[in-house]
Amino acid sequence: MFRKLTLAAVLAVSATTAAAESEAHIEDFDFSFEGPFGSYDQNQLQRGLKVFTEVCSACHGLELVAFRNLHDEGGPALPEDQVRAYAEGFEVFDKALDDGEGDYRAATPADKFPSITGTGAPDLSLMAKARAGFHGPYGTGLNQLFKGMGGPEYIASLMTGYEEPPECAPEDFDGQYNVAFAAGGYPDECKYENGDHKYPGSWIAMGQPLWGEDVDFDDGHSNDLRNEAEDVAAFLMWTAEPKMMARKQAGLTGVIFLLILSVLLYLTNKRLWAPHKNKD
Amino acid sequence: MSGIPHDHYEPKSNFAKGVESRLPIIGLLYTTLTAPTPKNLNWMWIWGIVLTFTLGLQIVTGIVLVMHYTPHVDMAFASVEHIMRDVNGGHMIRYFHMNGASLFFFAVYIHMFRGLYYGSYKAPREITWIIGMLIYIMMMGAGFMGYVLPWGQMSFHGTAVITGLFGAIPFIGESLQTWLLGAGAVGQPALNRFFSLHYLLPFIIAGLVIVHIWAFHSTGNNNPTGVEVRRGSKEEAAKDTLPFWPYFVIKDLFALAIILAIFMAVVGFMPNYLGHPDNYIPANALVTPTHIVPEWYYLPFYAILRAFTADVWAVQLVSFLSFGIIDAKFFGVLAMFGAIFVMALAPWLDTSSVRSGRFRPMFKWWFALLVVDFIVLMWAGSRPAEFPYDWISLIGATYWFAYFLIILPILGVIEKPLTPPATIEDDFNAHYGPKDGGSATSSAE
Amino acid sequence: MSHADDHQGTRRDFIYYATAGAGAVVTGAAVWPLVNQMNPSADVLALASIRVDVGAVDLGTQITVLWQGKPVFLRARTPEEIAAARAVDISSLPDQNAENENLVAGADASDENRALSEDGTWLVQMGICTHLGCVPLGEEGDFGGWFCPCHGSHYDTSGRIRKGPAPRNLLVPVAAFVDDTTIKLG
Repeated sequence: MFRKLTLAAVLAVSATTAAAESEAHIEDFDFSFEGPFGSYDQNQLQRGLKVFTEVCSACHGLELVAFRNLHDEGGPALPEDQVRAYAEGFEVFDKALDDGEGDYRAATPADKFPSITGTGAPDLSLMAKARAGFHGPYGTGLNQLFKGMGGPEYIASLMTGYEEPPECAPEDFDGQYNVAFAAGGYPDECKYENGDHKYPGSWIAMGQPLWGEDVDFDDGHSNDLRNEAEDVAAFLMWTAEPKMMARKQAGLTGVIFLLILSVLLYLTNKRLWAPHKNKD
Repeated sequence: MSGIPHDHYEPKSNFAKGVESRLPIIGLLYTTLTAPTPKNLNWMWIWGIVLTFTLGLQIVTGIVLVMHYTPHVDMAFASVEHIMRDVNGGHMIRYFHMNGASLFFFAVYIHMFRGLYYGSYKAPREITWIIGMLIYIMMMGAGFMGYVLPWGQMSFHGTAVITGLFGAIPFIGESLQTWLLGAGAVGQPALNRFFSLHYLLPFIIAGLVIVHIWAFHSTGNNNPTGVEVRRGSKEEAAKDTLPFWPYFVIKDLFALAIILAIFMAVVGFMPNYLGHPDNYIPANALVTPTHIVPEWYYLPFYAILRAFTADVWAVQLVSFLSFGIIDAKFFGVLAMFGAIFVMALAPWLDTSSVRSGRFRPMFKWWFALLVVDFIVLMWAGSRPAEFPYDWISLIGATYWFAYFLIILPILGVIEKPLTPPATIEDDFNAHYGPKDGGSATSSAE
Repeated sequence: MSHADDHQGTRRDFIYYATAGAGAVVTGAAVWPLVNQMNPSADVLALASIRVDVGAVDLGTQITVLWQGKPVFLRARTPEEIAAARAVDISSLPDQNAENENLVAGADASDENRALSEDGTWLVQMGICTHLGCVPLGEEGDFGGWFCPCHGSHYDTSGRIRKGPAPRNLLVPVAAFVDDTTIKLG
């Protein structure tokens, strides 16, 4: 029994993931909106929007975001007429048209981005909050405390994580090998005897969406794969949390207000109790 | 109210006299607010105010959220996002409510462990302790049902797991589970009724809190020495106590302000840290998350639930003795609820004649181990249900039960306690009395 | 027991007032969002105004759109309708007010003050009878305009009440052409 106990203690410290799971390589990208004083980079969000529009929107919906949000402060902040023109490029189903039968019409800013379910590709509105890029170590939650949840880092890592599959993998194995994706299929040929995976990542169903230079940016910004990945990840962080900057500002204001109040209450408390201390 | 002699309210104006003779509410509020409170309370006594504030915060933010939330499986998730994106200030109100639940449990655990350390549960405060346990159970129910409402992946599958626990009860389990869910599986009926009950429970909690305060006002507060306030006369009592207002209201508000500053930082800068990303995925009955985990405040009990698998000898023994009626699944359920039950029995299991842990040298170590055990169980509950975490959970669960059922009863008999001070006044003066070299700045409370 | 022994001077009490004041500020800052959340949310505000494409509306016909939950009549009037409207003596009208939100309050009910376009072709008004709220029928009634079947109110080609229990002319909402074929309501 004590051997088992010792083994348990040692393993608890050294083992992180269970045998059947993949480790994923998530890079800690530096985003402008990280930290208590971080903020979205408007130009980056606009570039990310372009990447989403020209590449991702073919398969992925964005059903929680309204076109008018593109005009909101703190986001891509496109001018109103640009937003209207952009929205008109999309079609939405309107139940009220055609005498209640419903018909398709051009979208207005008040409409939401279309939802796309037929492709099997998940909606991207909340993707940056629905995935954690950082874990542990050993279940202590410290990585997330210092580096953040890692949602956008996960997305950017996924975009740049497509690599040549390892030799052991069969030619016809389903999916594309990606070192940042932990939840996909994994061929038995690439596993050890005990089921552990020899290589990080797994095989994802999505074909590589970005290769570099897929989109031209109007401001001439670099459009290599890494930049495109960062920009679309930043854009998706905004679609997931458009109010992030307002939240951080409220947080800072609140903390300052409460610290001032704490100091005043401390002094009040001290003054109140003084007659009762150091004398009887 | 409390057995401590104190000034009673004398209405002065005609208006006050008129009200007081018809409904003595002013007197009640006056007595409550000026209750004689032991002078020597330390910072472990501020958590009651934090809890009361947080209950208020949850009720206010909750009522506001309900103005915008739709409890229907097709619209719940989107309505929460509507709150996050479109409702004025909605994102802050939602994050306050979500993290407020964490603050509520953080405070309640410290509050409970304070009670365990200082012997606050011992006579004559058993009823206060039992009411506190009831409040805690209501809190766990309210927290669980609240988590279901956003209808994310964890909401849905967590509900499936927890309602499945009821299915483990022999004979009546299946019907009970169906009755709970209003259907064969988690769906619209479950969502609707959990919404109703989630709205109801906080008000039951509020009522229980009032009774809880009534109870400890009737006995008088405990204090770090465990020595009772002298009740011979008003003058004597005044040497041991100070009125709640303003001394402890201001002290409590100071602590509350600091805690809220930290809370504000969490809400403002890391509001999703304590949550689970999977709950930002709309519920899908056909896809189960890889690791279903409850919110952090349930983890210790989740660990205890999962620890008792069919290969544990105690489970096998009980299963044999009960002719197979109590299987591993049901044993786990019994252990989980049992862990709370044994805590509730503490007043009768603790045989010590000395109340406060401060004067119990052996007890201190076992208590410290209990705290460590609680944290280890919390961590183990977040891990997958496999080696070595299953062993760690089992050892942790065993110690939890051993502490209450074996250690507490034995310690009271075999321990040689230190001598507590004669009075609260003596204890207070030992820290702040005039013998302190006349230093006027001993503000290290 | 009471701490109220130090009545002397504002200096000693300053800390108490400062703390109470700071507490009031923090409480106020906390209360405001709780009140403001009941104000119209962003999605409701987004629908406060809509654009209507009237390019396909033939002369002498009307389209009805739903705006903020209420029907709006947008009619392209024929020259005959316009002439009939302009021939009416305003002093004979039950309601001599233009009831047009685009004009100052006291404007009279001349047809020029009710039509949207200079030439009088376009008339935009709420499709809600000013009596008890039914939706009037177009090209009906004794005055060639609208007729409300609920209690028999007759409106003329300018949407003004002429006969029946309705007290006021049909309301002309905030409306304007933003380009040749688009009217913006609100």
